[in-house]
Amino acid sequence: MAESFRDRKGLWLAAAIFCWASSATAEIAVPMIYMRQEIQPPPVLSNLDPIPKDRGIAGAEVALADTKTTGRFMGHDYSLALVSVEPGGDFLAAARKALTSSKILFLDAPPEGILAVADLAEAKGALLFNVSSGAKRLRHVDCRMNVFHTMAEDAMRTDALMQALKARRWVRTVLIVGPKPEDRTFADTLRTSAQKFGIDILVEKDWTFNTDLRRAAGREIPLFTQDFPDHDVLLIADEADDFGRYVQDNTWLPRPVAGSEGLRGEGWAPVLEQWAAVQLQNRFEKAAGREMGSRDYAAWAAVRTIGEAVTRTNSGDPVVLREFILSAKFALDGFKGRSLSYRDWDGQLRQPMAVVNARALVELAPLDGYLHQTNEMDTLGLDRPESACTAFEG
Amino acid sequence: MRFPALLIAPLLVAMPLQAGAGEIWVTNEKDDTISVIDTVRLEVVRTIPTGERPRGITFNSDRSRVYICASDSDTVQVMDPATGKILHDLPSGEDPEQFVLAPDDRHLWIANEDDAVTTVVDVETRQVVAQVNVGIEPEGMAVSPDGKIVITTSETTNMAHWIDTETKKIFANTLVDARPRHAEFAKGGAELWVSSEIGGTITVFDVATQAEKAKIRFEITGIKADLVQPVGFEFTPDGKTAFVALGPANHVAVIDADTFKVRTYVLVGRRVWHLAFSPDHKQLFSTNGVSGDVTIIDIASLEPVKSIKVGRFPWGAAARP
Repeated sequence: MAESFRDRKGLWLAAAIFCWASSATAEIAVPMIYMRQEIQPPPVLSNLDPIPKDRGIAGAEVALADTKTTGRFMGHDYSLALVSVEPGGDFLAAARKALTSSKILFLDAPPEGILAVADLAEAKGALLFNVSSGAKRLRHVDCRMNVFHTMAEDAMRTDALMQALKARRWVRTVLIVGPKPEDRTFADTLRTSAQKFGIDILVEKDWTFNTDLRRAAGREIPLFTQDFPDHDVLLIADEADDFGRYVQDNTWLPRPVAGSEGLRGEGWAPVLEQWAAVQLQNRFEKAAGREMGSRDYAAWAAVRTIGEAVTRTNSGDPVVLREFILSAKFALDGFKGRSLSYRDWDGQLRQPMAVVNARALVELAPLDGYLHQTNEMDTLGLDRPESACTAFEG
Repeated sequence: MRFPALLIAPLLVAMPLQAGAGEIWVTNEKDDTISVIDTVRLEVVRTIPTGERPRGITFNSDRSRVYICASDSDTVQVMDPATGKILHDLPSGEDPEQFVLAPDDRHLWIANEDDAVTTVVDVETRQVVAQVNVGIEPEGMAVSPDGKIVITTSETTNMAHWIDTETKKIFANTLVDARPRHAEFAKGGAELWVSSEIGGTITVFDVATQAEKAKIRFEITGIKADLVQPVGFEFTPDGKTAFVALGPANHVAVIDADTFKVRTYVLVGRRVWHLAFSPDHKQLFSTNGVSGDVTIIDIASLEPVKSIKVGRFPWGAAARP
C-alpha cells in the first residue's frame, strides 16, 4: 500500500544532481505523506484525455524537489511518502496509521474522506491539506481547523469565469446541466456566481442523451439547442468531462461555450506562461512527462506551503507552522503574479484564478475593477461574511 | 500612460535635457531584437536582430563587445556593437537569463534559469570554467567591485548564494523574501542589495558578515501592496540614490541609499522591468514589458519626460557612450 517516493525515478535523478557546497546546520526532519483515496471515475463518451494516474502526486513531487533544494541549504530534510488506498479500501485506517509517522498529510479524497480523517483523534493538531475537493461545505458549514485547502473552491472557478463574462458584457446565458450529482452541484455554483456578478441564466436544460454523440453530435446538438432563446454564451455543467466537448461548435446559434467546457476558470492550466509560470511548467513536464493541471497545482502549492513555513520559522512543529501559515508574514510565490496566502476564516488558499480556453490564458481573475476592502482575490469564492466557518476563530 | 503626450512636447522645448551623446541598448524578449535608443534624439535609431528571447545584456569595459543572453537559443551571444554583427556564441549552459561580467573583463558568470546552476565562462578561450550548483531558478547576478564575490539569487529557493570567485564555491546562503530577482553591490562593495518581486521588498546585507542590515518596503497610494513588485534597480554614481523598478505597480521608486527610505515614486509604463542610466547619468531609462516601451526619467527633476515605443516585451537595458 505504501510506496516510497524514493522509488520514483524522476525524483532520484533530481536528488542526484545536487552537490552542495554549504554544510548543513541542525537537521530538522520534515516527513510528509500524500494520502489518496482512489476512486473509480465514471465512464465517459470520449477516450481522449484520460485522467493521469499520478494526478496531484506529480505536482507534490515537483514541489518536493524544489523544496529539498532550499532544505539542503538550510539543514531541513524533507521527505514525502505516498499512501494510495484502492477503491473500497479502508482509507481511515490508512490515515490513522499515517498519522503515527507524520502530522503533515496531503489528502486527495472526496469531501467525506477528508472530513473523516480531520475528525480522527490522531489528527488533532495535525496539518491536513485538501488537495482535491472544491466542495463549498469544506470551507463553510463543514470546515475544520486542521484542514487547509490548496484546491480552489469551485465557486472560485465560477466567480472568475463570471468576472470575465461580465467584463465582456456577455451577460445573457443559457445552461445545460448534466445528469450526474457533481454536474448538479456545479450548476448550483454557476447559478450563485452568475447572480453574484450580474449574469443572467435565461433558460436551463437537462442533458438527457444516451446515444454515442461522437457520431451524432452534428445532427443532435443543433436540435437540442435550437429552442434556447438568443444568448451570448452557452454554459455547460459537465464536471465528469462526459459530453461537453461535443456541444462546442455544434450549437444552433454560433455561440461560445463556458463552464466545464470551453472558457473555464481553473487554479492552473497548461496555457499559463506569464509570471514565470513557464519555469514551473517546464520543471513539471520534465518530471511528469505530461502537462500540469489544477490538481497537480493544488498538491504543489500544499508542499510548497510547508516548505515556505519550515524555511521561515526554522521549525517542523505543526503548531508553529500552522500559526505562521495563517499569519500576515506568510507569502507563497505561486507563479500567478501575486503572493498567495491563506484565508484565516476557512483555511482556503487565496489565489488568482486563470480563465482559460484550450489554447490561451484569456483573463487572470480578479479582473481590474473588482474591488475588495481587504484583498481583491477575496472577490473569488466564499468571503469572510459569507462563510459559516467558525473553527478558525480564536 | 497617465502623463499625457501633449504636455511633454512643450516641456521638452522649455527644459532641454542637455544630455550628452550616447545610446541605450534594450533587449526585446518577444521580438528577438535589440532596440538602440539615441539618448539625445530620444528615439530608436537601430534595431538589431539577436538569438531567441534576448534578456540580460552587458557591455565589456571598453564597450568593444556586447554580451547578450539569448535564453531560448541556450547561448550567450557576443556582438560587435559598431556593426551589430554576432561575432560568436559562448557556451552558456541551458536557458541563460542574467549574467555579470567580472571586473577582469574575462569571466562571465551566468545564471541558468532552467538548470539550477551558475555557469562561469572564460570569454577569451570560450570555455566553461566552472559550474556551481545553486537553488531553483537562478536569476539575479552581481559581482563585488573587487571581483572576489559573485552573488546568484534563486527565485524559487528564495536565497542569495554567495560564491567565492577564487574557489568557485558557495561560502554563504542567505534567505530573502519570495522570488528574488536582482542583486547589486553598493557602497563600494560594503553592502549587497537584493530585490524580492513577490515578497515586495529589498533586503540589504552587510557584506563582511552577510548579516541582514535593512529591509526596504514600498507603499504607493492607490496600488494594492501585492502588486508592488520590485525587480531591477540601479544606483547613482555617488551611491546615494537607488532607483527601483516596481513591476506591475508601473512606478520607479527613488530611495535614499543611506537612510533606506523611499523619497518618491515616478510613474512609468506598464510592468517596469529593468533600468539603465544614460552615459552622463542625467537620464534613467526603464524597460516597460507589457506596454512595450521605454520611459525616460529626468534625474534632476525626477519627472518622466517621454516614452519611446520599442519591440515586444523590452527586458534588459545597458548604456553605451
